[in-house]
Amino acid sequence: MKFQLIGVNHKTAPVEVRERFAIPESRLPEALKRLAGHPGVDEGIILSTCNRVEVLAQTKNGTVDLRGFLRDYFQMDPADYEPHLYEYRESDAVRHLFRVTSSLDSMVVGEPQILGQVKEAYATARAVGAVHSQLDLLLTRAFAVAKRVRTETAVGSSAVSVASVAVELAKKIFGSLQGKHVYLVGAGKMSELAARHLIAHGAESIFVANRTHDRAQQLAARFDGQAILFEQLYETCDRADIVITSTGAPHAIFRREHGELFLARRKNRPMFFIDIAVPRDVDPEMNRLDGIFVYDIDDLQQAVTSHVADRKKEAERAEAIITGEVERFHVRLQTLDVVPTIVSLQDHLETIRQAEIDRVRGRLGPLSPEQELAVEALTRGIISKIMHTPISTLKTAVRESEATTVVDIVRRLFDLHDKGVPEKDLQGRRKDDKKAAKSGGGESGAKE
Amino acid sequence: MPILWLRVALCCYAVGLLYALLALTRTSSLLNRVALPAMSLGMVFQFVSLTEAVLLSGQLTLTSVHNSESLLALLVMAAFMIVYLVYRTTSPGIVVFPLVFVLTFVAATTQQPFLEVSPGMRRGWLFVHIAMIFIGYAALFLSFAASLLYLLQERSLKSKKPAAILLRLPALEVIDQIGYRSLLLGFPFMTLGLIAGSIVAQATYGRLDFLDPKIFLSLLMWAVYMVMVFTRWNAGWRGRRAAYLVTGAVIAAVIAWSANYYSAIHGFVQS
Repeated sequence: MKFQLIGVNHKTAPVEVRERFAIPESRLPEALKRLAGHPGVDEGIILSTCNRVEVLAQTKNGTVDLRGFLRDYFQMDPADYEPHLYEYRESDAVRHLFRVTSSLDSMVVGEPQILGQVKEAYATARAVGAVHSQLDLLLTRAFAVAKRVRTETAVGSSAVSVASVAVELAKKIFGSLQGKHVYLVGAGKMSELAARHLIAHGAESIFVANRTHDRAQQLAARFDGQAILFEQLYETCDRADIVITSTGAPHAIFRREHGELFLARRKNRPMFFIDIAVPRDVDPEMNRLDGIFVYDIDDLQQAVTSHVADRKKEAERAEAIITGEVERFHVRLQTLDVVPTIVSLQDHLETIRQAEIDRVRGRLGPLSPEQELAVEALTRGIISKIMHTPISTLKTAVRESEATTVVDIVRRLFDLHDKGVPEKDLQGRRKDDKKAAKSGGGESGAKE
Repeated sequence: MPILWLRVALCCYAVGLLYALLALTRTSSLLNRVALPAMSLGMVFQFVSLTEAVLLSGQLTLTSVHNSESLLALLVMAAFMIVYLVYRTTSPGIVVFPLVFVLTFVAATTQQPFLEVSPGMRRGWLFVHIAMIFIGYAALFLSFAASLLYLLQERSLKSKKPAAILLRLPALEVIDQIGYRSLLLGFPFMTLGLIAGSIVAQATYGRLDFLDPKIFLSLLMWAVYMVMVFTRWNAGWRGRRAAYLVTGAVIAAVIAWSANYYSAIHGFVQS
């Protein structure tokens, strides 16, 4: 394994540093070419998002001066960013990539965008040919791992958690949700999900107001609710205990004076505004009114991440999955390392066999076709009998830590020269891995 | 003997005090499990203490001030227990337990003056007066406790700090209900208690002196109480405004109580 990774992220670097490292999509192919051309770099991929910039390389031999690449490419004073850099090698680099892709390293752990961003980076790198063999293997594996983490742990269910936090907060305000009315302003997926959760916990009826009334009617029908014309929003809103807003309006549609109006009409019974829209639909000033509670998407996210106990447990499970996957990937790569050795060992012996047969052929005189076949069979038989144990030893050595040593010894004993990884073989394995990635990979694939 | 039992009760209540002091900063499950039994035990000892005091003095009217403070503590605890049985929450204890502790502490330690009982007083009505007023006080204190909890819960929800979810107070509406229902229940008792008191005064002195500090302040307290119930019922006042009102009522109640030291007709006699 010759992986090396360098980067900055939201934990190590302030935004002023990160933004200077950011590489816009349009310039990414050129940057990738520069990276692939950097001395010692065999393959490379660059991930540039608003929270992180990471450069991952597969090196030809030993280590590569990735800091040098950053210096050359960004033309910045290293003193400015040096303290914010982190660098990982080998298994650590693999682990880091797996963690990033699985959204364990994200600012909001479990947010789903990062997987898409890594996939995009991968597609770009593949398109310019910066990723072709081992990195390809690594990234397809990373996607499979991300999928495993998402399906086997609750880390990725952040959207669902927002809804369940909304329910929990509603319960903190209203106690039981029995008989409470929910008002959906704007008909988005997220608000629908939140409404579904609230109803599952006992909320009674649903009103839906949407700028396009058809959409409101559709959504209302799905909940057995009531569609309301958007123009009647303010007259009807005080009927609701819980208001979920998700319109695309550029300005707040609920302001302080609306809140005062609602409270007066409701005899000060509390109201809970869940504002999922960005930009926000509810003026934060509303939260100052006695009896009105406004939570916007950030507040909810924050509350989600504060589900410390749950999240920690899930994150631990995710980390365990990743640790297992890093090991599996290690083994897989080493199997790859062994294959060329076995192949060249077999080639080597085959050459010897052929040479020996040629050498004694003259002395044997003319042979009948049957005799010819017998000699073939005899020599082949001897070789495969002798080689059976060493080859299986090589294959099993992969699973142990001394694999490299064993491979080394075999190579030295037989004086084998590195002919590189046979491309044909790699291709086959890559296909396997892609299949695994598609089906969710490994055990999770089997479970589905 | 009564004072001994009272001090034992006080020790039990100390556990509750500890619970109240720690409940806001951390949740100790041990303390949670211990607090309620300890408080119940305290109630038993306090009850024993009061019963003994009544038996010893041979009269029901609990004329010593420390007995009445002790009775008030017991009634507040009883109100708390009723809330616990209905709503399964010990959160009002955060406010109630220290109050009960202080009342019991004062009752158990200081030398207390006696209430002046004129020979001609109608003891039956006097008993009704004291019992009703004290139940009213207990309900008022509980409502006050709920009011404070409401503010606390409201603030934590508004602050949007993650602690809002972790804080183990009951839901806002539940706290509101506890406060409102105690007010509603306390009001008739308070009213009946004042009527009983005026009957006693009428019978003893032949007239009601509305300028007497005790009577004046008691009526003032009742008026504040009534305004509070009315605004809650009519305008749904809750949260901060309700808390101000109930605090006002409690202060009025305390002042009306302390007026015992100045009133000519409802005075204490130093023992």
